[in-house]
Amino acid sequence: MSERKIRVLVAKPGLDGHDRGAKVIARALRDAGMEVIYTGLRQTPEMIAAAALQEDVDAVGISILSGAHNTLCPRIVGLLRERGMDDCLVLVGGIIPQEDVPRLKEQGIAQVFLPGTSTEDIVRFLRENVRPRV
Amino acid sequence: MSETKHLTSRAQEALERWEQETLQPVLRKRPESKERFETVSLDSVERLYTPVDTEEIDYEQDTSFPGEFPYTRGIHPTGYRGKLWTMRQFAGFGTPEETNARFKYLMAQGQTGLSVAYDLPTLMGYDADSQLSEGEVGKCGVAVSSLADMETLFDGIPLESVTVSQTINAPASVLLAMYLVVAEKQGADWKKISGTLQNDILKEYIAQKEWIYPIRPAMKLVVDTFEFCTKYVPKYNPISVSGYHIREAGATALQELAFTLRDGIEYVQWGVDAGLNVDEFVPRISFFFNAHNDFFEEIAKYRAARRIWSRVMRERFNARDPRTMQLRFHTQTAGVSLTVQQPLNNIVRVAIQALAGVLGGTNSLHTDAYDEALALPTDEAALIALRTQQIIAEETGVVNTIDPLGGSYFLESLTKKMEDGALDYFAKIDAMGGMVEAIEKGYPQREIQESAYQYQKAVERNEQIIVGVNKYRIEDEKQMSVLVIDEAVRDRQVEKLQGVRARRDEGAVANALEKLKRAAQAGDNTMPATIEAVRAYATLGEICSALRDVYGIYEEPAF
Repeated sequence: MSERKIRVLVAKPGLDGHDRGAKVIARALRDAGMEVIYTGLRQTPEMIAAAALQEDVDAVGISILSGAHNTLCPRIVGLLRERGMDDCLVLVGGIIPQEDVPRLKEQGIAQVFLPGTSTEDIVRFLRENVRPRV
Repeated sequence: MSETKHLTSRAQEALERWEQETLQPVLRKRPESKERFETVSLDSVERLYTPVDTEEIDYEQDTSFPGEFPYTRGIHPTGYRGKLWTMRQFAGFGTPEETNARFKYLMAQGQTGLSVAYDLPTLMGYDADSQLSEGEVGKCGVAVSSLADMETLFDGIPLESVTVSQTINAPASVLLAMYLVVAEKQGADWKKISGTLQNDILKEYIAQKEWIYPIRPAMKLVVDTFEFCTKYVPKYNPISVSGYHIREAGATALQELAFTLRDGIEYVQWGVDAGLNVDEFVPRISFFFNAHNDFFEEIAKYRAARRIWSRVMRERFNARDPRTMQLRFHTQTAGVSLTVQQPLNNIVRVAIQALAGVLGGTNSLHTDAYDEALALPTDEAALIALRTQQIIAEETGVVNTIDPLGGSYFLESLTKKMEDGALDYFAKIDAMGGMVEAIEKGYPQREIQESAYQYQKAVERNEQIIVGVNKYRIEDEKQMSVLVIDEAVRDRQVEKLQGVRARRDEGAVANALEKLKRAAQAGDNTMPATIEAVRAYATLGEICSALRDVYGIYEEPAF
């Protein structure tokens, strides 16, 4: 039996239209053999959680550059947990001040990727941390 | 002519002699550090440029004199000796009160023009109290939901004498209306006020992605502002055709140049199709370019832009007035080039990029603050950014002569390559039916995404070096402190907005919005009705919502 591919939802919540990073990462994850679903722009936390459930993803990668991360990230994590997606990893990347990182992690964000991150580091993190499923 | 040929063949012979006698022995002993040297846009940069590389460039036809067609060396016969570029720092955060204070601070420090950054809800046409605005009010710029906010923003700033640039696109006609009404209340004469509205919706679909309506009605709104300003606000630039965001989204310098100028052509064509006279409205079309790291390529880009635009206006649109052919542009240093790692290095990057803009003859300039990879700038960081321009202007001597790098074999050759490359892109886009059609097919979007991906891969392979990120790293860096926007900004803005709604005449608002809808449905110019709605204190969200009802909203196709 072949190993199940890691499935990732790349999500852009909020009003921010800067999607260069989200698209580069979506393609890098695909090139690394993962299945990637990109939500498109300006998704509400509810839309993102619904898409994650419907697509049965192992991880959600949130891209935020607008400064709205403290409002939006915990809400997305909360909605995923409400839907029983307890093992779904939630990652955030974008313009996030270092001092916000501990709070985001306490709120259930598995990892925060700051500017300058290599896409290879994100691939490696997902491979090491996604819980294998049967 | 025969003399030129003679000179060129002599140069060619001399070059070959140099290669054999002087170069080859050195290369045999010690090869160069790389097999191939490249710019961002071009596959290869030669070891040396000589008269051989510029033999096809005719000084009078292609380069010419400043203030003369095709304006390669600049649009002013005196360059910066007559007038320096406008130092125009982009600013905006939090409440209108806070941004008004920052404007006054920057002007007290010698800044010569203003430039407003609006927050995301404003850019998207939502009020501060919309559910969609949660977490975003005042974060990336200043929050403006109604005329009352605009009055506060420009309180004590005379709009008849200060030029203001506004970065606003999808709801640009509404913000223009607010600006004009504030000017009028100050007693300013619309015929005298000057400034710039970004109002470049095409690059939103291509790169920045802050859109509201579908492309064609959005283009109609842009043409409405052209028509209105040509008649009533003749010194105002109703558009700033922007390559900046195209570049930030990942385009190369060549793609930035080509897509921006092709966008410019599209706007001119739409204006002409609406019955406007080229020599009446095009002189007020301005441009906005990025200044990135590859120094000479950036300078070549600006020079090529002026040359291409003048030729296109004369040949494609039969322009007669020299002002129609003169491309004026603003430059901003590359936000995307700033690093979070070792942020003080950004001051150096910005200085070099700004110098490229100045050597390219920019008409106005924004220099980024060193802390902008993490947040909006602090007062201190914003001041250093302004001082960087002042040092270039006052200390380096680069302003003393016009187009000081003109005649450089390398730069002239690069300028020509940028021009040729842009014309190739024009041909492709023309073949698709125009820029609107190309965008609908996803063509420029895909080109940019591909370049962005290749750049990231080059960084990860260490082919593209970013100091402090993939080379010369410092582990465990100390974090700098950044400007934090208080979440309470939204509460304050919502409270003010509720006050506005309570005080205004609801009947007048409803009538004005209805009138606007009728104008939009009939295909009439929407500006008069927008101004009436703004005067009645209809909010930005209400006005955009009325237009959404008529025009619908844009859905991005998947590609």
